[in-house]
Amino acid sequence: MNLRKYLKVYKKFLHTSLASELEYKTNILIDLITAILSLVGSIFLLSIFFQNNGYIGGWKFEQALIIQAIYTILNGITNTWFNPNLTEIVKHIREGTLDFVLLKPIDSQFFISLKKINPSGFLEIMLGFLLLSFCIRINQINLNLSFLTLSFITISCSICILYSLWFFISTTTIWFVKTWNAIEVLRSFLYIGRFPLNSFSFSLRIFFSVFIPIAFITTIPSEVFLGLSVVWKILLEVIVATVFLITSRKFWLFALKFYSSASS
Amino acid sequence: MVQNIIDVKNLSKSFDISLKEPGLKGTIKHFFRRQTKSLKVIKDISFEIKQGEIVGFLGANGAGKTTILKMLCGLIYPSEGSILVSGYLPFRRKENFLKNITLIMGQKQQLIWDLPPIESFYLNASIYDLDKFEAKKRIKKLSEMLEIDEELFIPVRKLSLGQRMKSELLAALIHEPNILFLDEPTLGLDINAQRNLREFLQKYNKETNATICLTSHYMKDITSLCKRVICVHEGAISYDGKLELLLKKLSPVKEILIVCRSEEDAIKLENSGFTVKNKIKNEITIKIENNSITSSLKTILNNFDIVDLFINEPPIDEVIGKILIKKDYDI
Repeated sequence: MNLRKYLKVYKKFLHTSLASELEYKTNILIDLITAILSLVGSIFLLSIFFQNNGYIGGWKFEQALIIQAIYTILNGITNTWFNPNLTEIVKHIREGTLDFVLLKPIDSQFFISLKKINPSGFLEIMLGFLLLSFCIRINQINLNLSFLTLSFITISCSICILYSLWFFISTTTIWFVKTWNAIEVLRSFLYIGRFPLNSFSFSLRIFFSVFIPIAFITTIPSEVFLGLSVVWKILLEVIVATVFLITSRKFWLFALKFYSSASS
Repeated sequence: MVQNIIDVKNLSKSFDISLKEPGLKGTIKHFFRRQTKSLKVIKDISFEIKQGEIVGFLGANGAGKTTILKMLCGLIYPSEGSILVSGYLPFRRKENFLKNITLIMGQKQQLIWDLPPIESFYLNASIYDLDKFEAKKRIKKLSEMLEIDEELFIPVRKLSLGQRMKSELLAALIHEPNILFLDEPTLGLDINAQRNLREFLQKYNKETNATICLTSHYMKDITSLCKRVICVHEGAISYDGKLELLLKKLSPVKEILIVCRSEEDAIKLENSGFTVKNKIKNEITIKIENNSITSSLKTILNNFDIVDLFINEPPIDEVIGKILIKKDYDI
């Protein structure tokens, strides 16, 4: 893979999708307001849960805010990259425009996963980081190299898991043509990621760890921030992320053999 | 000797299609238990195409023309048989193969809708690993050939269909491909835009010696661009050869309208043994076989008092229409 070429193409992707989005100023403004209101609403909801009891699943409100911050960052990444690109896969397959992607001398997964960006998602990422830095201060977290490395690893793994799950569902469009509902179900599960895993019953904890690993996405990075994490959990997240990423890649290449293109 | 650039042997393609009975009962049954049937859409076809040839694929809707094109460019896996395009197995979609081909579909677009076409051109240039200077040079050359200038800087959504198609062509040709697959490129275009596009393709073929495989329902596209046609009927090849020969076979006679000096001359001509289609006063229309047209005209001009005459070719659409419904042509 020619890295220089891919960087050059990605720069072009950024340029063209930013230019496309900036054509519609009002839409961007509405998206920005929605991002702010959504964060305020989520914190308000979280505070209601903690109003009567200071703890949920052994987590204090200040600690649970870290999960909210990580969720906001991940949701921002979802809205910036995954949502505009991965939902397009369904459209590409239904309308047959995937033909153009497959005939380009560039990796098709790279092309369809990164071609577009939604700039309003950047604000959400920024707000997430602001909330995270506020949480670091109120939870008196000591910032050192190992902490930063582990945070980076766990958050990167979370992004990989989330991407792979989404990409996997979108790929099934090649057979099922319409999979909007499955993506909506995934997004609904993601909302669950705003709460600590310990706040759910044992059976749900198993479900969200084994079947749909939403728990890995927010809880494990948050535990790293609070110094509550154990090595095996981090290792497990790395393994899960790697397996998911490789599987989604192989699944895409396998699915393409069944692509029949849309009729003209 | 000119090399074969496309080599297809015993190619077949089957698709699984789901069957649904009509009505609510059928819909519910279809939802819970889907019945599928394997449908062979391409049946054991073989052909070769040489470098620089322009070949038209003719056939009715659903005959399999687009499926053939999509297998040739590597979008669809063949079920049986072999395809070699420029020495590559297309469905492997190797980088060097993809840099050598392009697919243009009249009903689908790759340009970024909200931005001027120039942005899509530079994006494609980076995908094809062209530097900015080279990309600029090629855009200039192709835009001159396509006669587009200001349109390059107007958002795609504001361009007319003809301008958009020209821009699509430019986007698809920026990497100077050697093989062009065109699936109904003139679909929906007005007569002038169709003519411009045809002229461009002729020029491009002449200048670059590129091979062009074309499907179109506009017969003018086929007759003005393709010397060779491959007729596809229900997934099988019913004719592969020169268009001229096919037209002669399908339309062996020409109609000649003769304006005689007087009605008496017309009556004399009517009774002289030619096949008469109709006669109105001093104007008479006769049918003459293609192979005897020169001698017959000589006889008429020498023996009758003729004021004017017109040779009418049979309408090409009518002639080609026969191809779409016939299974085999023994020429």
